[in-house]
Amino acid sequence: MLKNRIIPCLDVKNGRVVKGINFVDLKDAGDPVEQAKIYSDGGADEICFLDITASNENRDTIYDVVEKTSKKCFVPLTVGGGVRSVEDINKLLNCGADKVSINTAAVQNSKVVVESSKKFGSQCIVVAIDAKKNGEKWEIFTHGGRNNTGIDALEFAKKMEENGAGELLVTSMDRDGTQVGYDIDLMLKISSEVNIPVIASGGVGNLDHLVDGIKLGNASAVLAASIFHYGKYSVKQAKEYLNSKGIPVRI
Amino acid sequence: MNVTIVDYNSGNISSVINSFKEVAKDKVNIKVTSDLNEIKSSDKIVLPGQGSFKSCVDALNNINGLVDVLNEFAVNNKKPLLGICVGLQMFADIGYEETETKGLGWIAGKVSKIDNQNGKYKLPHIGWNQIKIVKDSKIFKDIENNSHMYFVHSYEFIPNDNSVIVASTDYSSNIVCAVEKENIFGTQFHPEKSDKIGLKIIDNFINF
Repeated sequence: MLKNRIIPCLDVKNGRVVKGINFVDLKDAGDPVEQAKIYSDGGADEICFLDITASNENRDTIYDVVEKTSKKCFVPLTVGGGVRSVEDINKLLNCGADKVSINTAAVQNSKVVVESSKKFGSQCIVVAIDAKKNGEKWEIFTHGGRNNTGIDALEFAKKMEENGAGELLVTSMDRDGTQVGYDIDLMLKISSEVNIPVIASGGVGNLDHLVDGIKLGNASAVLAASIFHYGKYSVKQAKEYLNSKGIPVRI
Repeated sequence: MNVTIVDYNSGNISSVINSFKEVAKDKVNIKVTSDLNEIKSSDKIVLPGQGSFKSCVDALNNINGLVDVLNEFAVNNKKPLLGICVGLQMFADIGYEETETKGLGWIAGKVSKIDNQNGKYKLPHIGWNQIKIVKDSKIFKDIENNSHMYFVHSYEFIPNDNSVIVASTDYSSNIVCAVEKENIFGTQFHPEKSDKIGLKIIDNFINF
């Protein structure tokens, strides 16, 4: 039986781990390579790095972090943030990333998803959808949540599946950093709309939120940052809790 | 001992390289090349594969003489070869991803899309799934039955002769996830991404 995945996410800026509240007011909390190793030793099913301010700043530090991490962690490594082109994807994969998540570029130029999934295979192309509720629908935000595009998140999700995305990483901008739980409606709507796996993200504050993301939101995987990062829970605790709630996990 | 990872432009092989180097340490020499002479003189070969069946077969054929050298190595000389993911799938006679494409024909069978039961199951089959070991294999030494391995694929290898199957996994149907035919080994899952237990499989292949 396929297991639901728990994916700790590390937000990285200038080669250091940070985690912001609603993407601003960042706190420094450590070395990403060491942190990733702790997660993979603790049973993380995948590791995710998001180079959060990469859209605006020099991002070469992330390549070094990815290269070092991939020599120490032997679970899948997803890297996103500031990925603009097929060449950027190529470079991250060559450094040892297993999947690359594309956000702004996927919205601005859908060819990037089409071309990269053809070139490298859908298995390594994750499209990151940052969505915010507006009335009855959700709209896509880009540039680390700063720009509203007005694009409908559900329509966009379907289009990305057609374009060759292997997975969707769906983040609720309303919930990110708030610790009040995933936007379950958003997760469920997108997950029902597409046939590719959905990774739920944004808003986890306790272990029941992870359970809800899978049971109610129908997510294949759950991503969280702060609850693991600040040591509130370990990945192992999270897995044991999910297991006790009848969710299949790798233990 | 020389183990060569065949670098034929089949997408991202850095994780395969990292994992084999981690396991080999200084005891075994891990080479990464498409050089035909180096491949010929290797003791064991690893054939990775990412992307589509067609793109991998095309990439093999794009290197002049490579398929002949692989045939000589695995079929005539019967030296050990491990295919990973699409590397395993290419053992088949034929694959149906993108378009009908001829495989290496080492293990009779075909590669077809996994039946997702009308959308009931998500594709790709991504994540950790347990393997049912149905037959002893050198690559499964000290590997417990029902161990978790990391999968990411939408197509499955269906061999004509079930006796080559050494492990399977349950998803929308029973999926072949490891094969062995004499000197030819293959895993549909990614040992290089399957944590310590995956590294053990790599260790088994390198050191048997």
